Amino acid sequence: MKAKNSTKIEFLSVPANVAFIRVVVAAFASQLDFTLNDLEEIKVAVSEAVTNAIIHGYDGSQDKTVRVKATILDNLLEVEVEDEGKGIEDLKKALQPSYSTDPERMGLGFVFMQSFMDNLHVDSTPGGGTKVLMRKSPNSCLPRTVVEH
Amino acid sequence: MTVGMECKEGALVVRPRGELDLGVADELRNKMERALDENPVRHLVINLENVSFIDSSGLGVILGRYKKVAMSGGRVSLVKASPQVRKVMEMSGLLRIMKEFASEEEALKSFHNGGGAA
Repeated sequence: MKAKNSTKIEFLSVPANVAFIRVVVAAFASQLDFTLNDLEEIKVAVSEAVTNAIIHGYDGSQDKTVRVKATILDNLLEVEVEDEGKGIEDLKKALQPSYSTDPERMGLGFVFMQSFMDNLHVDSTPGGGTKVLMRKSPNSCLPRTVVEH
Repeated sequence: MTVGMECKEGALVVRPRGELDLGVADELRNKMERALDENPVRHLVINLENVSFIDSSGLGVILGRYKKVAMSGGRVSLVKASPQVRKVMEMSGLLRIMKEFASEEEALKSFHNGGGAA
């Protein structure tokens, strides 16, 4: 599929940017025929991915870089959230609901991404950063899948 | 995000306004912790009427305060979550441990009736 439109944003790993980026991606996504409900779900999924990059990838450091790329292909939105942080040690474990390395957190980031997007693909190696790729289609009949590397 | 707080009938009533995400989680957590420490309250009511967005960071603050209140035998009730906020809370399982009410008054009454059990 050829990209009809795309945008790339690079920003600092500052918590205030979570809100900024989810609104930007939702605004971009509204070029497709998503319902308001869909856009709200996309906002949560994007918030989770960006939050993970900041608090896990970069352990809360606020001077690092997070990259988000949003692409529209035909009737499909693709959102990529990438960091150059510490990566995920055990991806299988990390994808399990309620698994969290932090006692104050619920371990639901990936669960929300998976539930609110049509599919989720995670690429991560310890020390090698993390890339989360999510896709969603309006009026979707795509099967939900999670793919890990 | 701003948060109004009031002690009412032995409970702390918290009324956050705005979006509850990573950007405001620490502030909300600290304010609630301080209010719970400084006031002789047993229960907690969280009025979500003016919360327009919540993700797992916001949920984590609520869960953390639930654990604190439940440890001293108190209960936490939720009031007026919007459909989207409610959907996220339901998916997290928080609605299985916290009861929802249509108003602060009903939530406060439930503490005294011994109702609203998780």
